[in-house]
Amino acid sequence: MRKDYKLEKRKFVIGAIIIAVVVIYVIKLFELQVSDSKYKDYADSNAFLRKTIYPSRGLMYDRNGKLIVFNQPAYDLVFIPKDVQPFDTIDFCNTLQISREEFDMRMRDVRKNSSYSKYTQQNFMTHLSSQDYGRLQEKLYRFPGFYIQKRILRQYNYNVAANILGNIREVNNKDLAADDYYRRGDYTGDLGVERSYEKYLRGQKGLEILIRDVVGKIKGRYMDGEYDVQPVAGKDLKLSIDIELQKYGEELMKNKIGAIVAIEPSTGEVLALVSSPTYDPNLLVGRVRGKNYKALRNDKYLPLYDRSIMAVYPPGSTFKPTQGLIFRKEGIVTENTSYPCPGGFVFGKLKVGCHGHESPITLKPSLRTSCNAYFCWGLKNMLDKKSKYGSTSNAFEVWKNYLVDMGYGYRLGIDLPGESRGFIPNSGTYNKYYGENRWNALTIISIAIGQGEILATPLQVANLAATIANRGYYVVPHVVKAITGERIDSIYTERKYTGIESHYYEEIVEGMRMAVTGGTCRTANLKDHEVCGKTGTAQNPHGRDHSAFMGFAPMNNPKIAICVYVENAGFGATYGVPIGSLMMEKYLNDSIAPERKYLEQRMFEANTMIYSGYKR
Amino acid sequence: MDTRGNNYDSISIFKSIDWITLVLYFILVVSGVVTIYASTYDFDHASMFSFSEFSGKQFMWIGLSFIAGFSMMLIDKRLFEAYAYPIYVIMMLLLVITRFISTDGVNGSHSWIVMGPISIQPAEFAKCATSLALAKLFSTYNFVLNKSASNYFKSLLIICLPILLIILQNETGSALVYFSLFFVLYREGMSGLVLFVGACAITFFVIAIKYAETMLLGIPTGMFSVFVMIMVIVTGMLFTYCKSFVMGRNVSIGYIVSGGIVYILSLFDIDVNGYIYFGVILALTITYLLISMFKEDVRKLLVVLMFAVGSVVFVFSVNYLFETQLQDYQQNRIKVVLGIVDDPRGDGYNVNQAKIAIGSGGVWGKGFLNGTQTKLKYVPERHTDFIFCTIGEEQGFIGSVAVLGLFLFLILRIITIAERQRTAFARVYAYCVASVFMLHLMINIGMVIGLCPVIGIPLPFFSYGGSSLLGFTILLFILLRLDASRREYNY
Repeated sequence: MRKDYKLEKRKFVIGAIIIAVVVIYVIKLFELQVSDSKYKDYADSNAFLRKTIYPSRGLMYDRNGKLIVFNQPAYDLVFIPKDVQPFDTIDFCNTLQISREEFDMRMRDVRKNSSYSKYTQQNFMTHLSSQDYGRLQEKLYRFPGFYIQKRILRQYNYNVAANILGNIREVNNKDLAADDYYRRGDYTGDLGVERSYEKYLRGQKGLEILIRDVVGKIKGRYMDGEYDVQPVAGKDLKLSIDIELQKYGEELMKNKIGAIVAIEPSTGEVLALVSSPTYDPNLLVGRVRGKNYKALRNDKYLPLYDRSIMAVYPPGSTFKPTQGLIFRKEGIVTENTSYPCPGGFVFGKLKVGCHGHESPITLKPSLRTSCNAYFCWGLKNMLDKKSKYGSTSNAFEVWKNYLVDMGYGYRLGIDLPGESRGFIPNSGTYNKYYGENRWNALTIISIAIGQGEILATPLQVANLAATIANRGYYVVPHVVKAITGERIDSIYTERKYTGIESHYYEEIVEGMRMAVTGGTCRTANLKDHEVCGKTGTAQNPHGRDHSAFMGFAPMNNPKIAICVYVENAGFGATYGVPIGSLMMEKYLNDSIAPERKYLEQRMFEANTMIYSGYKR
Repeated sequence: MDTRGNNYDSISIFKSIDWITLVLYFILVVSGVVTIYASTYDFDHASMFSFSEFSGKQFMWIGLSFIAGFSMMLIDKRLFEAYAYPIYVIMMLLLVITRFISTDGVNGSHSWIVMGPISIQPAEFAKCATSLALAKLFSTYNFVLNKSASNYFKSLLIICLPILLIILQNETGSALVYFSLFFVLYREGMSGLVLFVGACAITFFVIAIKYAETMLLGIPTGMFSVFVMIMVIVTGMLFTYCKSFVMGRNVSIGYIVSGGIVYILSLFDIDVNGYIYFGVILALTITYLLISMFKEDVRKLLVVLMFAVGSVVFVFSVNYLFETQLQDYQQNRIKVVLGIVDDPRGDGYNVNQAKIAIGSGGVWGKGFLNGTQTKLKYVPERHTDFIFCTIGEEQGFIGSVAVLGLFLFLILRIITIAERQRTAFARVYAYCVASVFMLHLMINIGMVIGLCPVIGIPLPFFSYGGSSLLGFTILLFILLRLDASRREYNY
């Protein structure tokens, strides 16, 4: 046969075409398989269902081993948008007992969320009731792409101590940015111990990798669970709180604004930490949390604000023991030094009023009678003692440092979030305020009686009571006594000495004992325990005086130190002393003596909120 | 041929068989069945050889194919030539019959004959018959394709009849395969312009549709680009096809200068309307070509003229037809392939999942039976049309390239075999085989990696299915049979 060589050359064209096509395909394959890694992720998100297994959150017990906080199962309805296939919306809504409008609204909300992704789990509805869960469980197969996520909710045996316990909420963007343990939809502690001990309570999430086919059917565990991670349960906490005492305190503080802090002096363990008004911790559980949280935040009485550690008040007369200690330690006064009190501290035109009692007066009786003049004279003599300190400023710095050592002016470091530091001025404060050398003892004399610039939290005042009870040291107050399998932070076990010898403290203790037996705190005098106390009537620029009390019992081998603040309730003796003494009695005796029942009743019924300036 | 010769013939067949092709065939078939096993492997799997499995059934088809292939080797080669037309006619009749007796298949397809447990798709065998018929036509004494229009007519008739019948069966994809036989016509003398025009038409279509959304100088960017391409091609044709340096130079200077003016004007915020600009250019080009016909080769200039005008008309009609004649879903399907719209749930779902499966394989693949996307059925048609996904996922880039390489090797080998034939019959048949493999490879793999529209045709030797395996085996072994006795002179 004749060969056409010109046409035969066309085999090269045909060959070239097929080679070109194959080369193009190889380039495309290279792009898909080698240079672009996103397909691997897509494939994993297709085939692997990464199921988080939430560990059970640590439980909380009170100091006597009573269970306070525990877990209940809850069910979230979640979905992965890309897996959702068309389904019977009406059936779905009926099952969940929601309206079509609510369904649309929830879907819209999910999509509006800034973190929305078609490939990740989105919350459709959280905290299904067990009835909803039961109904849905049976029908879930009809709604591909929807899953039920088992979660835990908190449950409380006592409806008290919300300010200590805190609550749990879903993580927000800030949490996600701060800690990469969290994934969207996780829960974290909010406020209180739930927040400060989050790392112990939450445990460690587990992971289960399941193989899932195209219709969402689970085909088994990936590599027989080789890459699964078992969850680690959160650690249980034993609180130092006596839950019965806490409850009693909250009852006493009903219809009053203020705080009670009770501490076991020898250990720094907080026995009760009452902030009033407070709220039922159950309000912040489950689906109602958002609504209730908003309501609480907008409440004009600020129930979310833990007054026991966050509020700062002028300490008033509860401050006087610190002054006595400083004057004695610095040698400004001796046990027998007496100052005149002609109805107050009078110097030239300056007068700080006092009330009727003997004059002149020494340290212990001045504590008994809460004499203003004595402490004003003491402070004036200290700040004016240039022979010792060189200048008022130097003297003032010495004075201030003692107070700092007693726990004022800085955060004590309680294991709860949000503690305030209070305020103790230094000479710089006054130099700025009045000008250098333009101020002297008389300018600032009111600080001697806990007024003026001085501010302290109820916790700091209670800590002072504990320090006096310990005759010179304190342990940083804390609410968690023990963590399962862990040691608590050493700052909660070390003693902190104030640098003032215990024999000076004995004098103060005696003065405070005298205040109970024959002074301002006579209501606090218990039959079977030697109570020591000091009233405080703190003037404040916003309204009626705050009624305050600070004390401890028994005088020897003290078991409880306490501070009570009732806002706008007037004299310390009217509310502070009765409430403080009832708390001590309750703690020491477990019951209130019959002859004091009337006092208890009066406190339960009293309403001081009407003086707060807020209208109901 | 006498009895002695016959004996000699049957002995030499196995001596002179093309072993390279045979080995490639075995490698591909074995890789194919292993891949089918992998793609349908389940957690509670049965054995690879179990008849309840696709791979088990495929083994039966492989056995049948081997027998069929071996039988082809035993048939006297003259019979293929002698019975080429009768076989063709019978197959065409079978296609017609199938259209009517076939039960309703997927997507309204009427291409299967079901006989008990076995289904046969005659279209798979019609390729072989058509190739034989085409070869027979070209082996007619003194047949030269370019000699008369009737030769073209006869060729086109042989090619287009099965296309028509298969389209009637609603199997547009399979029908497309027969267009590959234009490569054979090209090899046998059809002007390269036809292929060139075809390539231009596809390119223009893709560009015009893909860039129809944005505007440039008041016309769609796609159209703008096509017009510029037409200008470049016309210039190129004047230089090379017409071999007129002067005309090429004049035209290119004209285009460049006018384009430059339009560009500079646009810098001063004076936008010339694109339609006006290209309209003027077209008019001037036509005028220039017509005037030049007085001194240059009229026929060639006419071709250039027709190309220019035809291209412009084509682009306008494509835009018009696309917008007005295609249904929305058809438009969408095309747009998805061209990457204009992203639709991973709808029309793009299959390809998207296929790309995920292949892309997740990485360089080395996940390993045999370790693929997740195919086994968990994310990839549709994972053991038939999308079988290449399993290779991509489990064998990775290396495996995918190896399979492509095997096919390339096979096709190039067939072209080599074709060129060493001494009869037009064998050569044309061989080119038909090469073309059919080429098109299957291009479309099937192009489809799974997202470069071609989704057209359901099998990957030879890999896709599950008896008809296709048997069809390709017979197609290839007839070639081996013809090649084995290429040294004999029959006439």
